[in-house]
Amino acid sequence: MKNSFAIKLWLVQRLSGMLLGLFVIIHLMTMIIAIQGGVTAGEILERTSGNFLLGAFYSVFAIAAAVHGSIGLRTVAQEVIGWRGRSMNLAAVCFCALLCAMGLFAVSGLVL
Amino acid sequence: MENQQESVTVFVWRGGEGGGFESYTVPLVAEQTILDLLTSIQRNIDPSLSYRFACRVGMCGSCAMQVNGKPRWTCRTLVRKAVHNNELRLEPLPNLPVVKDLVVDMETFFDKWQDAKGRFEPGDSVVREFSPIKPDDPERMLADEAIECINCGCCYAACDVVASSDDYLGPAALNRAWSLINDVRDDIHTERLRAVSGDGGCQNCHTNSQCVARCPLQLNPTKSIAGLKKKAALAILKGKL
Repeated sequence: MKNSFAIKLWLVQRLSGMLLGLFVIIHLMTMIIAIQGGVTAGEILERTSGNFLLGAFYSVFAIAAAVHGSIGLRTVAQEVIGWRGRSMNLAAVCFCALLCAMGLFAVSGLVL
Repeated sequence: MENQQESVTVFVWRGGEGGGFESYTVPLVAEQTILDLLTSIQRNIDPSLSYRFACRVGMCGSCAMQVNGKPRWTCRTLVRKAVHNNELRLEPLPNLPVVKDLVVDMETFFDKWQDAKGRFEPGDSVVREFSPIKPDDPERMLADEAIECINCGCCYAACDVVASSDDYLGPAALNRAWSLINDVRDDIHTERLRAVSGDGGCQNCHTNSQCVARCPLQLNPTKSIAGLKKKAALAILKGKL
């Protein structure tokens, strides 16, 4: 294949992976600091409701995870079961869209 | 000849893809190479045995085969170092079609060198100024690290990505592309970068470094491939790819 689609996907996966690495550290540190002494689900929602900065952070987090995971799954599908071509790309896009929708739905539950 | 009384049982692959092993018991001769041993079998036991070699001194890369499960150059591999429990198992290189016995068809391997643009391209214009390349030039040093490949195919046979993806260019072709991308006289760097970034390109490398482990010349194709990935990533970010 002469185009550079594959390497661009690889680069997007690398960049989303870097983003995820940073976001996971921020997420874990926030959790460790926030739950000092314990918090209930109600208290968490009280803090997160209306916090759009937090909403933006977790939305990007969810999208990065969806993109990273679906590109990785595409590669695994190619190498392990030999699934290639348009149907495989379509399945990867659908998987990415599903993960994005689920992630953003969860974020909206926290913020809205 | 202190080991001459000892013998070694050699299981040699015979036939094509659907062939099988035949065993030969031969004397274990001190300082004998695997290639010497095969020649001994062919001359003294079975003249129909097929295997490939040319230089016999580790320069041509034509005698590689699977020795006790690992790809090796047989002209520079001593029997006593490779033998295990007085047994040797000799097979054709994996990831390539078997022609007969220990001979594989290298066409795909060399086609992929061409696909990766593994050929120096000086450009069409007349050279008006020479490009001075100093030995300590950073690009020259990177090319030096990769340039001694003898096309033996050991890395290609050991690569798990080649095993799972027919279109993967493989460590040798990508290593060659890297040495040319670091040659300032070459005129098709972007074209070559595009050639090694397609579906079977450098980004498929799992970085398992089996190629490094099996290269008889201790080259580091994994490092070369990492260099290609970095160059390709930068080219994409600059809008050149």
